[in-house]
Amino acid sequence: MKPFEEVVAEHGPMVLRVCRAVVGPDDADDAWSETFLAAMRAYPDLRPESNVRGWLVTIGHRKCIDIFRKRSRTPDPVADVSGVVAREGIPDPVDTDLRAALDALPPKQRAAVVYHHVGGLPYAEVGAVIDSSEAAARRSAADGIAKLRHTYARGTPS
Amino acid sequence: MSTDREVLDHLAASFPAPSTTESDLLADRLAAEAERAGLLDLAYRTVDSPVGPLLVAATTEGLVRVAFDSEDHAAVLASLADEVSPRILRSGRRTDAVARQLDEYFTGHRRSFDLPLDLRLVRGFRHTVISQLPSIAYGTTASYAAVARAAGNPAAVRAVGSACAHNPVPLVVPCHRVIRSDGTLGQYRGGSEAKATLLTLEQEAGVSAR
Repeated sequence: MKPFEEVVAEHGPMVLRVCRAVVGPDDADDAWSETFLAAMRAYPDLRPESNVRGWLVTIGHRKCIDIFRKRSRTPDPVADVSGVVAREGIPDPVDTDLRAALDALPPKQRAAVVYHHVGGLPYAEVGAVIDSSEAAARRSAADGIAKLRHTYARGTPS
Repeated sequence: MSTDREVLDHLAASFPAPSTTESDLLADRLAAEAERAGLLDLAYRTVDSPVGPLLVAATTEGLVRVAFDSEDHAAVLASLADEVSPRILRSGRRTDAVARQLDEYFTGHRRSFDLPLDLRLVRGFRHTVISQLPSIAYGTTASYAAVARAAGNPAAVRAVGSACAHNPVPLVVPCHRVIRSDGTLGQYRGGSEAKATLLTLEQEAGVSAR
């Protein structure tokens, strides 16, 4: 079994990109940390033939769902701030239109789009994470992209 | 923005790979949280030294491994994952004291180490031998035969040699002070050149302190 440090080094950047795309910049660090802490707890029991990338995205998927649940319970005091969201003085590199378009997607479509197109997981693995068949995961991602194209295109200068 | 391709390109560009600084900050946070949660079975760091970069690894019990560059640090971590636990992260906190004491040792300001040790990688007679070694004073040497006598088994000279060669915490447990009866240095986990460097360092520091 590899030292867990190697798992973090190999997959940490991908998981962070996925967390940023799913929950946005403000909660992404928390989602990432909770994902790897839970993974580290379970790691010694992971079967040697397991797909580590898919396993991590599955844990991350659950942590992101937890964050959405927490948000729906506690109203976000800065939810209606318009313009560029600043974090520690660094402007959010993701423009707010894309963020809003991603947030507006149905959860399954957003997950399918992000895990495949940002995380690089093949549709069979995406399906395993979101509890769908490979074909259904592919369809969710295609529907999500089509929706992004429409909602997002409106606010974007060509 | 009218095609799927443009949407996908924009998506990929909007979530780039994190910078090294971002990754390091998250890794530090993970190590701190894992430590608090009792999940950090092994913490390690590397320390620069006159005998090359040293890997130092500690369990919650104490220092469990010091490894020379020639041992291949990645291979050492892989074997620690098998023999101790795969819950391993690079983390400074737990290894601060050993790093500081090694620095003091290499600058001639420390003659013995005051650190909790975890000798779980050493079993049986080798454990008896390793436990004897700190009694060999800084700047002096003992023969393999003398250590065998001190360990209560005068015939076990070869076994003493192999215990020293497999000492998991060299430098801190001074197996470099054990040499052959004819005065030649004998083998060393870090190579005979490193052994000579350490013995010279101890003699010079010992002389200048007098």
